[in-house]
Amino acid sequence: MQETLINIMPNVIEHWDDFIEAMKDTLLMEVWAGGIAFVLGLVLGVILTVTKPGGILENKPVYKIIDTVTNLFRSIPFIILLTALMPVSRAIMGTAIYVRGAIVPLVFGCTPFFTRQVEAALAETDHGLIEAAISMGSSPFEVITRVYLKESIASLARAVTITAISLLGLTAMAGAVGAGGLGDFAIRYGHDRNMTDITWITVIVLVIAVSIVQWLGGYIAKKNTH
Amino acid sequence: MIELKHIVKEFNDSGRDVHAVNDVSLTIDDGDIFGIIGFSGAGKSTLVRCINLLGRPTSGEVIIDGRDITALSQKELREARKKIGMIFQHFNLMPSRTVAGNVAFPLKNSGLSKQEIKAKVKKLLDMVEIGDKEDAYPSQLSGGQMQRVAIARALANDPKILLCDEATSALDPQTTHSILELLKRLNKELGITIVVITHEMDVVKTICNKVAVMEHGRVVETGDILKVFTEPEADITRAFIRSTSNLSKAEDFLKADNPVTRIKPGELMARLNYNNVRVSQPIISTAILKFQVYMNIVFADVEIVGDSNIGGTVAIFSGEKENISRALDYFKSVNVDVEVIKDARDVD
Ligand SMILES: Nc1ncnc2c1ncn2[C@@H]1O[C@H](COP(=O)(O)OP(=O)(O)OP(=O)(O)O)[C@@H](O)[C@H]1O
Ligand SMILES: [Mg+2]
Repeated sequence: MQETLINIMPNVIEHWDDFIEAMKDTLLMEVWAGGIAFVLGLVLGVILTVTKPGGILENKPVYKIIDTVTNLFRSIPFIILLTALMPVSRAIMGTAIYVRGAIVPLVFGCTPFFTRQVEAALAETDHGLIEAAISMGSSPFEVITRVYLKESIASLARAVTITAISLLGLTAMAGAVGAGGLGDFAIRYGHDRNMTDITWITVIVLVIAVSIVQWLGGYIAKKNTH
Repeated sequence: MIELKHIVKEFNDSGRDVHAVNDVSLTIDDGDIFGIIGFSGAGKSTLVRCINLLGRPTSGEVIIDGRDITALSQKELREARKKIGMIFQHFNLMPSRTVAGNVAFPLKNSGLSKQEIKAKVKKLLDMVEIGDKEDAYPSQLSGGQMQRVAIARALANDPKILLCDEATSALDPQTTHSILELLKRLNKELGITIVVITHEMDVVKTICNKVAVMEHGRVVETGDILKVFTEPEADITRAFIRSTSNLSKAEDFLKADNPVTRIKPGELMARLNYNNVRVSQPIISTAILKFQVYMNIVFADVEIVGDSNIGGTVAIFSGEKENISRALDYFKSVNVDVEVIKDARDVD
């Protein structure tokens, strides 16, 4: 067994500990940056939805500011964001490298994307449902939690799926500039030292990860569609 | 009692001011089934949404049981809304919740325990005759069933008022009828005041005791249903009444010169309108026997509105010229409106 594995992917076996470490780092970045971006994006997406013209808490200045800032960060390529945010990262996390250093740029890269996804998901809510809830005496907060969010669980699950997958791509890029993780692992060995088996194992792990996320998102969406 | 005083609602539609509701004052008494009828764009929805402030009027007062609700705080307004149920043309049920979940929606924070809510939901669903659908999702229901669930949901907090915005417009005639019957029953059993918005005179005729007719943001006519039907003042009211009557078909036939509406020389065609006449009197037979005329009834439509009959007949008279005139005079003497449509008595 060992023999065969060594024959198929000698370099992977040789750098096995690095490989495990890389997967852990990627997972860490995904969970931390993803978790923070999820909360921020959800809040910002909801604020955009309710403050928008005609929204239940219409507020032009608030809407305009969040809308503009979101667009601004969406338009900056992630690789530039990585370097541009180094000082911010040092200020908040104490470092601009390793997993800790990557969280800030990842959050900044991912949140605007997820905010727009949330906004789009909530926009699918039938306005009649909002009116019905208000006519029954619901407060704006109740309308948000009991109608907007509750009725959008399926769309939100799909939004989370897409965002998680795109975040996986960002972590690979962050890896290239010192954050560690699978991206870094593949470049350092697979690319720089021409160890193709390492490139391939990375691709396989990523494909499996994406499939799992995809399946989970689809499952939750299906469970919540009636 | 709902009192609307000088309600004005303006919208700014891309720079152009639209007066959706223009100085409307109405009083709706407790226990009324009050119809508001008008063509599309007349401002009916805008007006009814002022009653629960789903849309705040630009100016005017909305007084419910003596309290001006436009002056309430947000929190007080939410409490007030719990006592004003509303149902909609497209039902607006929450797709992610079951029937029971939808009906329980407004009962959150009502102070009832889980068991009490469950019992109340059951009672409400039984009341609208859909008790067996508790666990179904809205997507599994027909339109009529969905509207029943919406009614149960609207009644969850025991409101005193139920607003219905085109509640039957998405339903077929038979289902419409059954929903209207349900509303009528709820009005009787619960004493709830119902405001019905519609563009169909049939709906008004079936359940309302009072009606307001709207046109271009104004109420052009209002009053007791029987009075409005028998003595309509505005042209638009007459148009609505005609739209609900079989006699409108007669007019179409006349316009198209259909063979049944052609008369021979010596004959006369007239329309008799029995507004407010006791139709139980045998006036037609009396006329035939007394004046020796022949009456060929081409169209007839008599309906019960409120507790009275209204309607009319289109008939072709033949016989002696003088006798026909005398028969027509007789009709007028017993309060029947006579309108001569064609007179060929002097044609040879
Ligand atoms: N939110 C809005 N913004 C701008 N104009 C509006 C708005 N709501 C209604 N209006 C305008 O106000 C007028 C009255 O509309 P309303 O919906 O009250 O009519 P309606 O009698 O209910 O008609 P329908 O039978 O089609 O429902 C229309 O001219 C409409 O275009
Ligand atoms: Mg309307």
